[in-house]
Amino acid sequence: MQIYADNAATTRMSRTAIDAMLPYMEEIYGNPSSLYSIGQRAKEALEQARSDIAAVIGADPREITFTSGGSEADNQALLSAATLGKKQGKLHIVSSAFEHHAVLHALKRLESEGFEVTLLPVHENGIVDVREMEAALREDTCLVTIMTANNEIGTLQPVREIGAVCRAHGVPFHTDAVQAVGHLPIDVKADNIDLLSASAHKFHGPKGVGFLFARRGVRLTNLIEGGAQERGKRAGTENVSGIMAMAAALKEAAAGMAENAARMTALRDRLIAGLSEIPHSALNGDAVRRLPGNVNFCFEGIEGESLLLLLDDKGISASSGSACTSGSLDPSHVLLAIGRVHDVAHGSLRLSLGEDATEEEVDYIIRSVREIVEYLRGFSPVWRDLQSGKTPFIL
Amino acid sequence: MALYSEKVMDHFRNPRNVGVIEDANGVGEVGNAKCGDIMKMYLKIEDEIIKDVKFETFGCGSAIASSSMATELIKGQPVSEAMKLTNKAVAEALDGLPDYKMHCSVLAEEAIRSALDDYNRRKGEG
Ligand SMILES: Cc1ncc(COP(=O)(O)O)c(C=O)c1O
Ligand code: FES
Repeated sequence: MQIYADNAATTRMSRTAIDAMLPYMEEIYGNPSSLYSIGQRAKEALEQARSDIAAVIGADPREITFTSGGSEADNQALLSAATLGKKQGKLHIVSSAFEHHAVLHALKRLESEGFEVTLLPVHENGIVDVREMEAALREDTCLVTIMTANNEIGTLQPVREIGAVCRAHGVPFHTDAVQAVGHLPIDVKADNIDLLSASAHKFHGPKGVGFLFARRGVRLTNLIEGGAQERGKRAGTENVSGIMAMAAALKEAAAGMAENAARMTALRDRLIAGLSEIPHSALNGDAVRRLPGNVNFCFEGIEGESLLLLLDDKGISASSGSACTSGSLDPSHVLLAIGRVHDVAHGSLRLSLGEDATEEEVDYIIRSVREIVEYLRGFSPVWRDLQSGKTPFIL
Repeated sequence: MALYSEKVMDHFRNPRNVGVIEDANGVGEVGNAKCGDIMKMYLKIEDEIIKDVKFETFGCGSAIASSSMATELIKGQPVSEAMKLTNKAVAEALDGLPDYKMHCSVLAEEAIRSALDDYNRRKGEG
């Protein structure tokens, strides 16, 4: 069986998305800035895509700026808010400890430029506390940036409540919604969102395309200078075919959203129940307030990379927050933020289901994980010490 | 290109000499402080020859493969030869490791060295 269970990393492009992009590579390949007809037809298509995308999140088309993906959107959102803040002498930013690196590293850069950053704790359940967030606001806070859904443990943040508090205090609110857009309903007006980042490859669109929503009145600062594309806020000839595919993928995702979320939530819970039966294991993050397809576990006494390689042998693609898989050899900052100690974070496994997942696949995953965890524990010196009582179990 | 060589995957999938030696006369356990991986080696030495060796590893694919390969390289060897085992030799025998995974082979070298030290210490005491 071949099961792709790493949809949080990226998704397979949908047929609809692929079909939507081809005409803009083969026929309507003109530059949208050109005045002849295949240029202008590309321009019209681009603006249609902008409207379609805006409609899905309750925005105005003029509030959508196309980017090269989620990372660029995050960087531009943060830089823009920081630039506005600096003009008013406001140099304080509130965020959370488990944001994506696109946000955390952009914040690091702002810190080096004189900004002060407060990272809110995310607690054991992986959810920011709105009261703590409000308490962290200061006179000089120029931005609150909290993700809509975490990419590793899938936990959903109280975005609407955070937005309301920010609006009441007059502080701009950015949310990295890369994991949520196309999977859960988002309404930038009702949620009081000022800036929002999204990425097409997380909802069956192509890689390297995304968008930044910026509420009217929130002035963007360029990351890329050059031509006058995107109202002068993002230079470079538009990735027309990619943008067309993104719009088609998002429309399709929005149409099937409620039904997909319900079915995937049931499968997610079946997977959680099955994996919970493995002794000395624990689900990471809130069991209910999480993305429909996200399951993230820690298994004590084993290491994640070995688990992934053996799952791959069984046809299952998954990911882990183990230090050994990170290249930097640091364990996942997300798992550390929810209080998992290094040893336990080592044995982590993230399974992110796709819309086409089935019960048979979920049951196969459960059987495979159970078998591999048992096998690896069989020659783990850490497991031996836990079992003999030499060191106490944590999970 | 795959993350690991065929050789690494072979030793990872079918690790040689896995387990414990109950009456081992040299045991060493080492860990890598950064990644957190742990390796334990058991030696049964007779007449200064490594008659048997087994390992237990809590770690990544290349840590498991390195332990397996290291045990193969020293099994049947005199203690004096085993003392000379380097992580480079382990990595080469595995047809190479990615740069950021070289420390996994260091762990194997250290685990064997630690088990041999334990053997020599016991010998000194006995
Ligand atoms: C929460 C989150 N933010 C940002 C990104 C970056 O998006 P992209 O890969 O499109 O740059 C990702 C995915 O990698 C993500 O999961
Ligand atoms: S032993 Fe640490 S990553 Fe392999």
